[in-house]
This record gives sequence, structure tokens and C-alpha cells, in this order.
Amino acid sequence: MRFYRSHVLVCGGTPCILEGCKAVRDALTEELKRRGLDEEVRVVETGCLGPCDLGPVIVVYPEGTLYEKVAVRDVSEIVEEHLLKGRIVRRLTGEGRLAGIVSYKEPEYLECQERIVLRNCGIIDPSSIEEYIARDGYRALAKCLTEMEPCDVIEVMKQSGLVGRGGAAFPTGLKWSFTANAVADEKFIICNADEGEPGTFKDRLILEGDPHSILEAMAIAGYAVGAERGFVYIRGEYSLSIERITKGIEQAKAMGLLGRDIFGSGFSFDIEVRKGAGAYVCGEETALIESMEGGRGEPRVKPPYPGTHGFLGMPTVVNNVETLGNIPRIILNGPVWYRGFGTPKCPGTKVFTMTGDINSKGLIEVPMGITLRKIIYEIGGGIPGGRSFKMAQTGGTSGGCLPGEMLDVPMDYFTLPEMGSALGSGALLIMDDSHCIVDIAESFMRFFVRESCGKCVPCREGTARLHHIVEKIAIGNGTYEDLRVLEDLSHAMQKTALCGLGQSAPIPIMTMLKYFKDEFEAHIKDKLCPTGTCRL
Amino acid sequence: MDVMPASLDSLESTIKEIVARHGRSEHELLAILDDVQRAFGYLPENALIEVARNLDMPLGKVYGVATFYTLFSVEPVGEHVIRVCENAPCHLLGADTLIDVLSQELGIPMGGTTSCGKFTLKHTSCLGVCGVAPAIMIDDEVYGNLTPDDIPVILEKYR
Amino acid sequence: MVTIDGLRVQVDAGTTILEAARKLGVDIPTLCHHPDLEVQATCRICVVEVEGEKLLQPACAFPVRDNMVVRTNTPDVRSARRVNLELILAHHPTDCLQCIRNRNCELQALAERLGIREVRFERKLRGIPLDESTPAIVREPDKCISCRRCVAMCRDVQAAAVLWPVGRGVDTVVAPACERELGDVACALCGQCIHACPVGAIAERDDTEKVFRALADPTRHVVVQTAPATRVSIGEELGFPPGEIFTGKLVAALRRLGFDKVMDTDFTADLTIIEEGNELLKRIKEGGPLPLITSCSPGWIKFGEHFFPDLLEYVSTCKSPQQMFGALVKTYYARHSGIDPKDIFSVSLMPCTAKKFEAERPEMASSGYQDVDVVLTSRELGRMIREAGIDFANLPDEEHDSPMGISTGAAAIFGATGGVMEAALRTVYEVATGLELPSIDFQEVRGLEGIKEAEVMLGDMKVRVGVAHGLANAKRILELVRDKERVYHFIEIMACPGGCVGGGGQPIPTNMEIRGIRGNALYVADRLLPLRKSHENPAIKQLYEEFLMEPLGEVSHRLLHTHYTERSKYPVSCYPMSQNACD
Ligand SMILES: Cc1cc2nc3c(=O)[nH]c(=O)nc-3n(C[C@H](O)[C@H](O)[C@H](O)COP(=O)(O)O)c2cc1C
Ligand code: SF4
Ligand code: SF4
Ligand code: SF4
Ligand code: SF4
Ligand code: FES
Ligand code: FES
Ligand code: FES
Repeated sequence: MRFYRSHVLVCGGTPCILEGCKAVRDALTEELKRRGLDEEVRVVETGCLGPCDLGPVIVVYPEGTLYEKVAVRDVSEIVEEHLLKGRIVRRLTGEGRLAGIVSYKEPEYLECQERIVLRNCGIIDPSSIEEYIARDGYRALAKCLTEMEPCDVIEVMKQSGLVGRGGAAFPTGLKWSFTANAVADEKFIICNADEGEPGTFKDRLILEGDPHSILEAMAIAGYAVGAERGFVYIRGEYSLSIERITKGIEQAKAMGLLGRDIFGSGFSFDIEVRKGAGAYVCGEETALIESMEGGRGEPRVKPPYPGTHGFLGMPTVVNNVETLGNIPRIILNGPVWYRGFGTPKCPGTKVFTMTGDINSKGLIEVPMGITLRKIIYEIGGGIPGGRSFKMAQTGGTSGGCLPGEMLDVPMDYFTLPEMGSALGSGALLIMDDSHCIVDIAESFMRFFVRESCGKCVPCREGTARLHHIVEKIAIGNGTYEDLRVLEDLSHAMQKTALCGLGQSAPIPIMTMLKYFKDEFEAHIKDKLCPTGTCRL
Repeated sequence: MDVMPASLDSLESTIKEIVARHGRSEHELLAILDDVQRAFGYLPENALIEVARNLDMPLGKVYGVATFYTLFSVEPVGEHVIRVCENAPCHLLGADTLIDVLSQELGIPMGGTTSCGKFTLKHTSCLGVCGVAPAIMIDDEVYGNLTPDDIPVILEKYR
Repeated sequence: MVTIDGLRVQVDAGTTILEAARKLGVDIPTLCHHPDLEVQATCRICVVEVEGEKLLQPACAFPVRDNMVVRTNTPDVRSARRVNLELILAHHPTDCLQCIRNRNCELQALAERLGIREVRFERKLRGIPLDESTPAIVREPDKCISCRRCVAMCRDVQAAAVLWPVGRGVDTVVAPACERELGDVACALCGQCIHACPVGAIAERDDTEKVFRALADPTRHVVVQTAPATRVSIGEELGFPPGEIFTGKLVAALRRLGFDKVMDTDFTADLTIIEEGNELLKRIKEGGPLPLITSCSPGWIKFGEHFFPDLLEYVSTCKSPQQMFGALVKTYYARHSGIDPKDIFSVSLMPCTAKKFEAERPEMASSGYQDVDVVLTSRELGRMIREAGIDFANLPDEEHDSPMGISTGAAAIFGATGGVMEAALRTVYEVATGLELPSIDFQEVRGLEGIKEAEVMLGDMKVRVGVAHGLANAKRILELVRDKERVYHFIEIMACPGGCVGGGGQPIPTNMEIRGIRGNALYVADRLLPLRKSHENPAIKQLYEEFLMEPLGEVSHRLLHTHYTERSKYPVSCYPMSQNACD
């Protein structure tokens, strides 16, 4: 391997691409070549580095300096000053609001963050399998195949306490054991990369930034449950993820890390990519399977569950991208190590995506149980423009809305539901006091009207009615009776809708009515919006 | 991958070729419809019939699938489809204004197609780039961190 | 052992809560559930509380497990159930008074049962126009509650797969392919979707007005024929339980309504056996084409024309008994009675919606006029009898008019699956061998098994016969034939499950259990009749002597036989290769 004195990581995640990182990368390569530095400094395009709203983002190693909003015209200065003369270009390192990230070191040293799933994101070139292997890639698979029985692998997963990160928080080890115990001609592993929850883009960036970790985890899952085929179901809009994972599969096959008789163990595993075509509900595992079978992505009646009756009626493990991302580490470092993170009940880390009125929007990975306050004010840099915090919606549009009093609630899969909310996919939408609750509620409900699959009554009809009633209130035509109807309707939907979409559609409304009822009442009684921002 | 735009005349052979590429299996329906739409711009009835025939599956089922997913259209659409995200993260940061500007610039409401057949304006579910909200997608290209001023500049590229 | 509302019951594993509750006499309300169809679990009306489950669970889908404790009437359950019903009602017209399903509608009954007095949501309708594109079936999409029972029926039971959910979310509708009209697509017009539908979103085209008008017209000689399966079902339309035969009262009621002659399709059923039996023997003698496939079910014929055009040569050229009757009534009967055929108005009473289509086929005018002017289903006749205020229960039993009113037991069983086959075998055996059958009951071809098979020795020849009812079974047997996996000489196909007793025009409800009961009643009728073989019918003998001369002869050929039309599976469009699916 050639020795470089410096590495420049250029973030190649989709948000940064949108901000023009490719041009920056080209300019950088060009400039280095022009100055004859291309033998000494290597430019690496990586996956998401985290602060996606500051793109294009680059990091210069070994110093670990993060430059944000880098434009092509800045490139010569960075090369001249930093790479040639060793002087950091302060002008581009931001205003220090990215505490802990500005002096970008090995992620393990980051103050609040804990990088297990994202350990390679922003460190390696995702299109290079060699770089993945160089950071212990495929060692976990090798360990499983050569040192462990399938039941040992499942036992490790059970002991680790890992629960699914796709929203339902089902214990992964237990899920695998159902499929492992099922007797069938064929079994399947599906990686659920249909990420569609508004405000969530973690799976996209994991797939873009570290595709091999997902492929490796799928093979491990395959070995554990006795499946030889896997599918990555990626939403059609995620073209870069599709490209990266497709390329990753090719590379792994070429190196014998996927395909027939991996490591001479006799275990074979193949992975294919399936593309979605625009339907949020296809993230629901049985809808996803319907879609993979070429049908309308409508959820199936459960039981039976996919673990025993999934794709083509065969036992199938469906796991979220982030869930899978944890697995190679857990295998290599053991369950005890993993339980060292997070809370006893909910070990490990969680990847969050921060959006809305927050200084630093983007991707972070933190231990389970961290408080909302810490995320918003210590990692996220607080609320911009001197405004104050009004509410945070956790878990995406189908999650609940928490007011300021709840800032110190620990964020994990068990505490948030007690507050009427959910951790869900890990989306965090922060809203400042300039926004109207009713207006936002209307926007949430519009989402569900559009995304309901239309199969079951409470959701098909109910989402439209929720939206209709909120809209009525928003334009000043609401009545107190409407609030009572909202409650009965929400109850029916939560209790009787066929799938999680209809069951959680009323959650935002219910929590808003709980914590911000006065604002609804102002719209009804005084026909007035307290924030003065909505249509009234 | 892009299939070359085909005229309706070569519909039969184009679809046969697409189906052959993916395999004659109902399970490939989404991938097949995706390619058929790339070839014809949308999913005309004739094309759906041809797909049903090639896969030996009920036309009603093919149509049911084609009308379920938002990336498919059974109606003709403009040469470029502009999808605007107006989900909460984008909504908070001004998606409504973007919609107003787009509608005004193009002279069409959401869901409409310009009379010249160049643009169709639709909404989309979250594009997964909420870190750079508000965002829109034109064909396969995503644009983020948009302000109303960006719109005319972006549209110019497609005009 | 499970506990439901405090009552304990022992049930098999895999039983649903709904079934377990019914065993206990607890009738959980349902709407999208249909005993013969795949579980839909879309309406969420049947939800119940299951101890240990966070959510309410649909009783129609949720399997019981040991020691499960279920409550079906808690405040939580009642509130959610009510909201779900109100949601449906708010998206449904309040047309009960003008509705074809008034007083026989599952939605209406449910609203009554749950005591709905107000709907707390603003009423909104889809505003989709009526589909009156076919002569048989009318769809009223605004009344559709998207339960999808018809989808399962058409796809799983009838294999036509015409109806599918279209679109997404609140805009989802259930519609034929490409949101075409029914007349544009490969619909068999079997009407089974009507039996699936809990509401008035799909129904028969109501032709009662045309008949009332003809009856009132003194220049018209109005003749009616009664199909085998209607005598066993008409009672249900008039409040009797299934399984009773009302031939005599039916005839009397028709006379009261003013029909000039009440004759019997059973007569031409016997005739069909003679013609078809001879066709079979001829084909066996001439070496094919075999198998011979029966042709009396117009739903099957239309299905075959769409989906099995390559097998049409096997289908018997015999017209259905309805059309044989129609052709004869305006020729043979006209001559016999000295009435000008142009003054004859020929009505048929059928269990079937597809017969309405069959009567309007252009080739069904061999008398020089449209052979059958109007087809009434059992339901429509029920409506006419009710409107006319006829006290059906207390009518005397009356006899059919001659000459086309005399029939045998063989004709009666035409209405049940396997009946045509059994009737044919009774005749073919005796005609071919000249021997009397030792036992005329062919048990192997009776019953509700989807595909039934039997072997019969005709002299030293072993004849293999097959029977399929319901178009999915028809499809299965035809594929066996097409793929040469099975060799048959003779196949009976009925479009409707259970045969004509389960026809699309029969009283609602019609389900598997009721189909079986009606079929069994026909076998009882057969046993009670003095003559049980078609070739023994004296009126048929007379018909051949006076008019037809011989089976498969020239007159028969002209009046009693027909040909078939290849139809596309796909709707017409600008696409050059396809032709109109329903011309
Ligand atoms: C409406 C709906 C949307 C969902 N979307 C996703 C998704 O985008 N990605 C995902 O991994 N899981 C999603 N889920 C959860 C999946 O059904 C399933 O629980 C998950 O993929 C299981 O993986 P896990 O155990 O690793 O979390 C969704 C569920 C519902 C009800
Ligand atoms: S809850 Fe909504 S998305 Fe889920 S099955 Fe019902 S209609 Fe479809
Ligand atoms: S379908 Fe039923 S509920 Fe609807 S209008 Fe007709 S009778 Fe009334
Ligand atoms: S009439 Fe028969 S074939 Fe036609 S839609 Fe109804 S069930 Fe399907
Ligand atoms: S037409 Fe009738 S059976 Fe079919 S979905 Fe609508 S209500 Fe249900
Ligand atoms: S994509 Fe570049 S920082 Fe997230
Ligand atoms: S909300 Fe608009 S891109 Fe996610
Ligand atoms: S009857 Fe059970 S959900 Fe409809």
C-alpha cells in the first residue's frame, strides 16, 4: 500500500452531492495534481460525514479538520494553506457550533457520539471493498462461518439485546430464531431500505457510506437462520444507494465473500437488489413482501408473520438497514461490549437524523437513552435565529410531538411510548416558536392521506377525515365537537387499523392535542392563530 | 439504466425485450413497469396490455399495481416531471413558497402539465434529503436547500 | 380452550375467533367477511378485545390460541366499531329506499344492528358514474365500500380476475382493468361478484319493467320458460328457507302475473341431452374432436371465448336449453298453437345473469326473431311477485303448459353441478348399448367437490368423464386437457359454483352451504319424478316426430346448434390486434 501523508475525505453523501461536492472533489484532484501533490495527498470520496446541511463537507486527515460549505473557489486556498503549509483555513471551519465535530478526529473520541453503525461512514471510500476489509470488514462473517454454529450466532444476537431499528423495536435475536426454527425449502433475508418516513435519511446514508457492512450483516443473518438468498429492497428514489449497493454486491461476489461456498465453509449466500416505486407503506414488512412479489404494496393480515410466512410464503427475516449495521460489530466485539452502550433495557446506539429548526441538520449516532436536550443543544447547536424551542417530533411524521417540558426524557424505544410518542426510525424534527401547531398538524395529516394504502377502513377513510377535520380547524371553521370526533376517530384508528401506518397516523394529532390544546382552541374559539403564521 | 425512448409503434418489441431482460416473472412487475415507463414516458394502456400478455397475468392486476405507486403514471406526463416534497421537514422550511413559485413560473397547478408538454408538477413523499430541505426532484435529479430564487435558474436548465 | 365473553369453548387450533364465538352463539358483527372467500380483514368491524394484545383484533382473521380470553362488546370495542362503520357510511350514498338491495343489504343491516343514528363525518361521494355497459350486470361504484369480496370471488373462484383495486388510499376503487367498463373486459357475466357483494354496488340489470309492459300489452302472447334451478330457489326470494321445491306455486304465480303460457326449460334440457348425447356418440365414433365439453352455461361459454379460444372446437355446438327453448317457441310452438311468432314475447326465468347476455347474442335469432326477448333472474321474478301482491305461500300447485312443459328427472338435475353429466350418461348409456342402466344414480359426479371424475363402461369402451363447476375449476380442468395431462371424453362445465342453483341471478344470500342445499333438493325432485331419463320424455319423442325429424338433423342444426366467437382477454384500444372483448 502506498503511504500518503494526508487524506482529504470529500463527503459523497446525497445531500453533499446536491450541494456540489463532485465539482469540489474534481477541483481538489486537479489542484493537487497541478502542484505535484497527488503522490502525497489522497482524495477519498466517502459516505455522509454528518452535518449534511453544511455541504459540501470535507475533512483533512491526519488533523481531522472539517471544512464546511466548501466551494470550488476555496479549493486552491485549502491546498495552498492547509495541505502545503499546514495552516488551518479558519474561514471555512464554521463558527464552532458543531461542538465535537469541528475537530474531527477518529469518531470514537467524539464527545457525545458513539459510532457503531456509522463507524465507517465518512472514513472509508464506500466504493472500495478493500477499504472496508482494511477496517475489519467481512471478519465478522468469517468468524461466524469458521468458529460459530448458527445457533451461537443467534444466541449472541439475543444476548446483545439488539432490537430492530426500523420502528417496531422487535428483538432481533428472537426474530431470527423464529425463522431459524421454521422448516421450509427455502428461507430469505430482506434488508428493508424503503426508508420513507419524512425526516429520515439515515438508511440512505448508511447504504451510501458503508454498503458492505449491510451486505456482510445479511450474509451473517443468512447463515444464522439457514437462508441462501437475500434481497435489499431500496426505494426507487434512492439512486445512489442502489448504485453503491449494486456495486458492493459485485465486488463481494468477485472476492468470494458472497456467492457459492463462502470461505470454503459450504455456506452460500447471494444478494439481489429490488427497487421500490414510490409508496411509503412498502416500508411495512408485509407490504414490502407483496411489492417484491410484484403486487400492490398492501400490508398482509398478521399473523402469520414473515418470520414463518414471508416472501413467496417462505420464512423470511426482514431487518432494517441500521439494525443490520450493528451486527458485524456485535459479532466481533461480543454482546457484553455492545451492552456497554445505551441503557440496560435498550442497549446500543441510535442513529438520528435532525431536521427542521436546528442549527445543525444531519446524521448523528448517539447512545440510546440520551436526552433530547443533549441532542438539540449539545450536538445540534440549538435553535437558529435566537428563537426558542417549541416542540420536537420524534420518530418521523408518525411519531409524537413533545413540548419543552419533555426535553429531558431519555430517548429510547421504551420511554418515548410512555410519553405517547415513539422513537421510530430516529427522525427528529425540531420546531421553533414561529410555527403554528395546527398548520403543522395539517401537513402531517396530508402525508397520511397520500400514503394510506387504502386497504382497511379506519386508515383509508380515517386519514382523510383526520385531515379534513384539522383543515377545518386550520381555516377557522372548527368546532369543539370536532375535537371530540378527532379523539374517537384517533382511538379507532390506533386500535383497529390493519398496519402501523393507520395505527400511528393519529399519534401526532393526539400528542399535539395533549400538549398544545390551547392552540387548537384558539383556532376554534377565537378564530385566531397565536403564532400569526398560519392561514388564519 | 435508461432505455431509449421508443415510439408506440415499436411497443410490442420494446416490451418483449424489457420483459426478456428481467425475466418472465410476475415478481419482476415493478422493475418491468419502471423500464416501460422510461421507454414511453408513462404507462399507456397498450403498454400495460402488452406487459400483461407477456407475463401472462391479469391486466387488472397490472393496472392495479401501476396505479398504486406514485412513481408510475398511467396518464401522459410532461417531458420533465417535477416532484415537490411538502412533508413536514420541507414544509417547515418553506415548501409552500416553492410550490407557489413553481406554479407561477410554469402556469400550472400541482398535478398539472404545461401546455407545451414540457413539465408536469407533482408532489412527492419525502425524498430523504431533509437535511437540505426544502427539496424537489426533477426526473432523477434532486435539488436541495432551495429558495424561491433558485427555481427560475433550475427550470432554465430544462427549458 | 378459549373464553369468549365469559363463555368457554373447545375449538381446533387455527379456528378464528369469529368461528369460535359463533359456536357459543355469540354473533360478532362482520362486513368484509364471507364464508367462502379468502379473509379480507379490511372493514375492521369485527374487532374484539383479546387479553394480552395491545390492539383490538379482527375476529374474522385472528386465530385462537389456548387459554385466550376474548371480549366482544367492551366500550372500547363498541366505540371503534361504530367509528369504522360511520366512516364507511360517510362515504356511501343514503339511497336505501331506492336501492336494489333495500332490506337485503349487509351494510344496512349492520347500521341497524349497531343502532347508528348519526354519522359524525361529512358525507362525501366518489361521483363515479354507473356502469351499464353489459346486458347482464350493473355496477354502481358509488355504493362500493371497497371490501374486496368481489375481487376474491372473481379472481379465486371464477378465475376471470376482472375486478381489482385501483389507485391508492381514500381514492382506491374496485374496478375492471384500466377502469374500463365491464363490457370492455374479459368478464364472464357470471354474476358471482353480486353474491360476493355485501351492498348494492353490483347487481343484475333489472328487466322487470319490460316484462310488466309486455304482460299489459294485449297484442302480445307472452310465454315464459322456467329454468331447472329456479324452482328450488324462488321460495327464498319470498321468505322461505332454502331447500324447498316450489314448482307448482311457481307456475301458479306466473299465471297470476298474466303469462299466457308457462312452459318449462326442463323440456329443452331433456332435448339438450338427446342432441348432446348424440353429438358425443358421433364424435366418439368419428374419432373426435374429444373431449366434448358441455355448452349450457353461457357464463362458461363467454369465459371460454376469452380465455380458451384454442379449445372452442371441443365445445358442444348445442345451444343452451334456454336458447333451444327460445328457438322452438317461435317456430315449433308458434306452428303448434297457430300464433304468429312476431306476436310471441318470450321470457325466460333463469338463475343466471349470463343468460341475459346469451339471449342478446346476434346468433340467437334462428327463428327469424330474437329467440328469447327478456331474461328474468330469480331475484327479478321475486320482485315482480312481491309487487303484484301475490300470496305465494297460499298458491295452489299448478302444472306447466304443454307441449313444452313436460320433462323428466334428468332435466331437473341440470340445475346442480354434475347434473348434466348424469342426465347425459343415463341417456347415452342406453342409446349406445341398448341396455337398461342397472343404477341410474351416478354418485361420483354429484356433490360440491371442485372437479369430479368418473369412468363409465359403454359396452366395451371405457368413457372418462369430468365435471367442473366454478370457473377456477373449469380453468384447472381445461389446462389439464390443454396440456394433455388428462384424457377425458366428456366434460361438464358450469360457470357457477354448485352449478345453476348457485347462479348469479339466484336469491341473495347464495353461499356454498346454500348452493349445496338447493342442489340436494333437485336430486330429491329427480327421485320423485316418474320419468328420470330424457329419452323417455314423450313430449320430446313427439317433437322429433312432428318437427325435428332426427337428432343432429337439418332442423336441429338450424335451430338448436350454434357457433362460438373468439374474444380477446384485453379491452379494445388503439391497439390493432385486440378486438372488442364483448361485442
Ligand atoms: C407504515 C410503515 C412503514 C415502515 N417503514 C419502514 C422503513 O422504511 N424501513 C424499515 O426498516 N422499517 C419500516 N417499517 C417497519 C417494518 O415493518 C419492520 O418492522 C422492520 O423492517 C423490521 O426490521 P427491524 O426489526 O430490523 O426493525 C415500517 C412499518 C410501517 C408500519
Ligand atoms: S392501516 Fe392504512 S396503510 Fe395500513 S393496511 Fe390499513 S389502509 Fe393500508
Ligand atoms: S347498498 Fe345497502 S346501505 Fe347502500 S343504499 Fe343500498 S341498501 Fe342502503
Ligand atoms: S360477472 Fe363473473 S367474471 Fe364478471 S366480474 Fe363478476 S365474477 Fe367476475
Ligand atoms: S363491489 Fe361490492 S364486493 Fe366489490 S369491493 Fe365493492 S362493496 Fe365489496
Ligand atoms: S451527506 Fe455530506 S455530510 Fe451528510
Ligand atoms: S421532507 Fe422533504 S426531503 Fe424529506
Ligand atoms: S369482518 Fe373482520 S375485518 Fe371485516
